[in-house]
Amino acid sequence: MSVSEHPLRKYTRRHITRTTTCPGCGIGTVSQAILRAIDELGLDMDDFVFVSGIGCSAWIPSPFYAADTLHTTHGRPIAFATGVKLGLPDKNVMVVSGDGDLTAIGGNHLIHAARRNVDLTVVLVNNGIYGMTGGQTAPTTPRGLTTITSPYGTMEHHFDIAPMVAAAGASFVARWTTYHPRQMTRSIKKGIQKKGFALIEAVSQCPVQYGKASKLGSAVRILEYFKENSVRIDKARAMEAEALAGKIIVGEWVDIAKAELTQEWTELRRKLREESECHKLI
Amino acid sequence: MQDKRNRVLTGTHFEMGNWACTEGAIAAGCTFAAGYPITPASEVANHLAARLPRVGGTFLQSEDEISAVCAAIGASWAGCKAMTVTSGPGISLMQENIGFAVATETPLVIVDVQRLGPSTGVPSVGLAGDIVQVARGSHGDYQIIALCPESPQEMFDLTVQAFNLAETYRVPVFLMADGFIGHMREQIVIPPEGELAIKQRKIPAGSTSPLERRDFQDVDVAPMPVFGRGLQAHVTSSCHDEHGMRNLSDPAVMHQYVMRPIEKIRKHRDEFVQVQADHPEAKTALVSYGTVSRSARAAARLARRQGLDVGTLRLLTCWPFPDKEIRRLAAKVDNLLVVENNTGQLYPYIKAEAAHACRVAFLGPQTLGQIHDPEFILSHIKEMIA
Ligand SMILES: Cc1ncc(C[n+]2csc(CCOP(=O)(O)OP(=O)(O)O)c2C)c(N)n1
Ligand code: SF4
Ligand SMILES: [Mg+2]
Repeated sequence: MSVSEHPLRKYTRRHITRTTTCPGCGIGTVSQAILRAIDELGLDMDDFVFVSGIGCSAWIPSPFYAADTLHTTHGRPIAFATGVKLGLPDKNVMVVSGDGDLTAIGGNHLIHAARRNVDLTVVLVNNGIYGMTGGQTAPTTPRGLTTITSPYGTMEHHFDIAPMVAAAGASFVARWTTYHPRQMTRSIKKGIQKKGFALIEAVSQCPVQYGKASKLGSAVRILEYFKENSVRIDKARAMEAEALAGKIIVGEWVDIAKAELTQEWTELRRKLREESECHKLI
Repeated sequence: MQDKRNRVLTGTHFEMGNWACTEGAIAAGCTFAAGYPITPASEVANHLAARLPRVGGTFLQSEDEISAVCAAIGASWAGCKAMTVTSGPGISLMQENIGFAVATETPLVIVDVQRLGPSTGVPSVGLAGDIVQVARGSHGDYQIIALCPESPQEMFDLTVQAFNLAETYRVPVFLMADGFIGHMREQIVIPPEGELAIKQRKIPAGSTSPLERRDFQDVDVAPMPVFGRGLQAHVTSSCHDEHGMRNLSDPAVMHQYVMRPIEKIRKHRDEFVQVQADHPEAKTALVSYGTVSRSARAAARLARRQGLDVGTLRLLTCWPFPDKEIRRLAAKVDNLLVVENNTGQLYPYIKAEAAHACRVAFLGPQTLGQIHDPEFILSHIKEMIA
């Protein structure tokens, strides 16, 4: 009997044979969407550097992807990635990390990278909770949800990440759930190709921690919830705020062309070099 | 990316220490710097912003010092000679990720133009208050290298050296300047480019699998698998083996993860630990480092003029701590007066090495924020000898 290999296996390190995620976790879906996007674009893993922070979601590229991977500290992957990209302007630099990592402790780096429009592709896995540390409230946890650190229900409001990053200046912003793997793949492809800061918010199920807090339990029930409550952005624009309460707006927020930081630097260096050459001739 | 033109400003200059630091970095081949404005370090970043793009480099004004040190580490892995520059409050913010640079053996230069603290303190007044925090401020056990310039000239010389040490040993190296020499103007001589010995990191050749290479934890310094060359480097600051692969269960790997980077510095310390003595046969020695060494030397000169037998020992390297050098001195002298521009940060370390062999005392500034008056030091020398 021949055992066929997973078509994306060629993108992962040969010696890594198991993942660290819980059964039913959405991280696998997001990881496949990333690798499929790279595959469909026909890109080489040697053209990528993957940077991640700390949390379950940050384990997507490291240690699995057969590429240069930089597993950083909690909240800081975008700051590290900005240095990597400025040092290697010709590589695709992708950040993969969680909602807590990128919007709580690392929130400032997220909005500033969008403002700078530095050419990074950020896949932000939003499971609405701190998965790795045992189910604490995140800045993305829906108001009223009971978590281990909000035993009487969260009183705070949550971040609406995609429009927030769009407002901060990103060139490309999309949000999909793990119920939309094809759309997610398509948006990741666009994000990789975009010369500028691209954010793909991947709303994902954490059946273990979020499943417990929301009492939705299993991965299947969370996915059903995603299916039933997702509203396309074009439809949502025509809906009243009340009707949108509790809904997950999905789609693409921005897809624009604007001056990008690493290109600006390359151009500045070229200009200064020419200037100094002219100077020498005179 | 490196553009060689106008890299080394050979000649004699009359400039600030902070200017000299920037020129030292550029001369050493720095192509990436990130920083956040802070007195008394700002001039280094300001000047880097103007100079780096002219030599093919990049300057990032980051949103905070955490981002600055992270971006510099990222750029170092991208293959750049990278640095960041700040003062005490910025070092406090950087600490977690200084540990990251240590654990991942990342070459990095961190310039600390120190100011009076704690907290927001006094921005423009120099006080060597960060000496212990740069060595011990990040969590866990580790070892870094730190150099202490005493003049604008040394802000050039030791910045070049800091880059060379960072590249040679794959370790963060601190330049412990302060507001006084950062802002002081003196003659700075920049030698011809050919006279500067510039070191480059080693990069592994061959295998594209980290499992077939030793990328980390070699006491003789592993070649660094920089990004973008198809090496599939695996870099994590979590406990990892010599291939960079995470391992959180094997006690032998944990031991090696902590110890090897420390042993690497210890093994090679004789190659770079630098102290400078004058009148080495004197029976009383003043031990100091940084700006205050200038006062210590002046005080020793005054003392000798009055017939007292006094010499000085200056620590150009403060970390790794020059323990052997202090022991050697202690064996020869009767009195050792530790003169520091703080409340005694290296004193306990010096005392531990010297107190068995000679008398050891500490002298901080008469008024914190003002460099010791040589006469003030002299009166304490007399007290100690009497
Ligand atoms: C400075 C620091 N603070 C706290 C932690 C502990 N910590 C590890 S993962 C995590 C939360 C991760 O949440 P998220 O980014 O949402 O990732 P998830 O596990 O949900 O994918 C925290 C707080 C840490 N590693 N470092
Ligand atoms: S805790 Fe949640 S996010 Fe983490 S692996 Fe398990 S299911 Fe996934
Ligand atoms: Mg999360």
